[in-house]
Amino acid sequence: MLMNGAQAVLESLRREKVEVIFGYPGGAVLDLYDALYKTKYPHILTRHEQGAVHGADGYARATGRVGVCFATSGPGATNLITGIATANMDSIPLVCFTGQVGNPFIGKDSFQEADIVGITTPITKHNYLVKQVQDLPRIIREAFFIAATGRPGPVVIDIAKDVFTAELDYEYPENVHLPGYSGDFTGDEAQVEAAVEALKEARRPLVFLGGGVTLSGEAALLRSVLQTTRIPAVSSLMGLGCVPSSQDGFLGMVGMHGSYAANMAVQECDLLIGIGVRFDDRVIGRVAEFAPKARIVHFDVDRAEINKNVRADFPVVGDLRWSLPVFAHLLQESAEDYIGRYSVWRNYVMEMNDKYPFAYKTHAEYIMPQELIEKVSSLVDDDTIVVTDVGQHQMWAAQFFNSRRPRQFLTSGGLGTMGYGLPAALGAKLGCPEKKVVLFTGDGSIMMNCQEMSTAADNNIDIKVVLLHNRVLGMVSQWQRMFYGKRYSQTLLGGRTDFVKLAEAMGMRACCIEKPETLEPMLQEALASDGPMLIDVMLPGNEDVLPMVAPGACLSDMVLEGEKA
Amino acid sequence: MKKYILAVLVDNKPGVLTHVSGLISRRAFNIESISAGYTEERDVTRINIEVCVESACELEQVVSQLGKLIDVIKIVNLGEADSIVRELVLLKVRAQKETLSDIRNIVDIFRGKIVDVSPENVVIELTGSRSKIDAICEMLAEFQIIEIARTGAIALSRGPVPVKNM
Repeated sequence: MLMNGAQAVLESLRREKVEVIFGYPGGAVLDLYDALYKTKYPHILTRHEQGAVHGADGYARATGRVGVCFATSGPGATNLITGIATANMDSIPLVCFTGQVGNPFIGKDSFQEADIVGITTPITKHNYLVKQVQDLPRIIREAFFIAATGRPGPVVIDIAKDVFTAELDYEYPENVHLPGYSGDFTGDEAQVEAAVEALKEARRPLVFLGGGVTLSGEAALLRSVLQTTRIPAVSSLMGLGCVPSSQDGFLGMVGMHGSYAANMAVQECDLLIGIGVRFDDRVIGRVAEFAPKARIVHFDVDRAEINKNVRADFPVVGDLRWSLPVFAHLLQESAEDYIGRYSVWRNYVMEMNDKYPFAYKTHAEYIMPQELIEKVSSLVDDDTIVVTDVGQHQMWAAQFFNSRRPRQFLTSGGLGTMGYGLPAALGAKLGCPEKKVVLFTGDGSIMMNCQEMSTAADNNIDIKVVLLHNRVLGMVSQWQRMFYGKRYSQTLLGGRTDFVKLAEAMGMRACCIEKPETLEPMLQEALASDGPMLIDVMLPGNEDVLPMVAPGACLSDMVLEGEKA
Repeated sequence: MKKYILAVLVDNKPGVLTHVSGLISRRAFNIESISAGYTEERDVTRINIEVCVESACELEQVVSQLGKLIDVIKIVNLGEADSIVRELVLLKVRAQKETLSDIRNIVDIFRGKIVDVSPENVVIELTGSRSKIDAICEMLAEFQIIEIARTGAIALSRGPVPVKNM
């Protein structure tokens, strides 16, 4: 089939069953957008390229499919960088297409030229510069394969402008031939057997699950393993929802702002079974004192994660889609009475969990942020997708929103990108139009991509933006309060921005909630209404996220609610 | 710090060296030298990396992280196999009539070659291990070394089995 490069890109996306593209046009991609116009390919015009890449990311997290975005060369492409790095840190599959200046202009510091392959190399799973049109179908096929298989991640395809207009005899390859990457991550069963043997010797085992469980789609199986063995479990921020907060034996989030019981269980356990986690520094605290009594089992698809931050005694390298079924099967086969074996330990951690839940004090005059999250959590159904930005509100959402299923709680975990939330929420809604989408954001975060309220309004993308409005950059000011002698260097916002007017100016409906007594009825009404809406909730500016493990401290060294100096 | 030589077979495609060097800088790996060249297979390039690590764990990280690059086909640690290690050096040394025979003697002892000569200097070619090259540099220092070009170490394992089949 004879066509040009631009048509070949869109034809390849059609064959990859891409439902929607997030993008922003420009000089180097004029021909691509011309082809898009002619084919009427579904496309969402964001108001900034960063919105496009976060939108594709939110779509990918909500659906489990590969997110796709377009940007032009130079500044268009460099505006994607934060979003690509965000996706890379959280292993989110994206294929990002960028225009490049034409072949004859490459390397000449031409207008809107930037070396995108060079710039994105450290933050992508793989990237390509396409200089010849006949390479396009193969490269696009490879890119989708690489993005979605193994440990997922973003792939960038940078296409020289003249490639879009050059003609080729189009044929989309069925198979991918990459000598260095098979996409098959089946491991060695002996490693799973060793993990099971370690469990048989353990008295105080603890499962520590992470984002890899969500990505693998094996959360249901893991949940049933936990139910049949009754091993207690904790989760990283990225693993929230894999096990519902209400499941017996689940102790919630672990780490800097994790629950008392989760952190203490890590410090007390004799076998820590990490599944799809990367032992991030926000989780482990001081490395030398992390899980001091435990031998460590580490299930991961990525060999490079083994022994990277924490030494594993029993590595299980391979796709969780392979290892977890083998693990479940071996546990089922063994005659061991796991429930009886671990019962004393389980009762011990569950008692801690009951005694020290996430807590806060309500106030007669102010709405407390935790109260707000809890209210939203109780008002929405199980299908609802919750997206967060980054900072205090993100941690409160992690602590007080009851995540009930994987892909329900979408957040920028690894990179901690302020400004992620609003565009990601749009992407999530486009991927799951039948589900309600609620964004928790702060008056710091939302301003980093507030232009996307126009995108929501103009496309009538029904998201509910819950703004935790406290007139401070909360998380940094909390650190300044705790570790920098209350010197609030550049963290106090003036508080004069009228977010209701801002939202309305961009075409979104908005309301403001100030009094605790009006919180529930106004929230209920706003959440039930149709169409995009901003709910501006006024909160006190000096509330801390607790418990907290100071950076670099031992996990058992927590500041709890009510203990604050 | 211990040194190892890694033989890294990669796809002979544009961007590969960017990917490899980008990874080394991102992960803050400590490398002594890196060199690349064609191999017996047209579409495969061999990159020789001399890496300095504190521990076996750190070496494992280097190998696993490199292994994740899509265009890396195979990595073998030739520090673990019985192997031959060589480095090529070209040395430009100040030389007058009266010092030339002394220089030639030193070059002969190290089994090097003088490959270019002018009234003021000679260019010496020498292959060998790093310590041998360091030693000749020390010996020639008194004549004044004007310029040095070194390739970094490359290595092949002993016996008939190539790295790609290891």
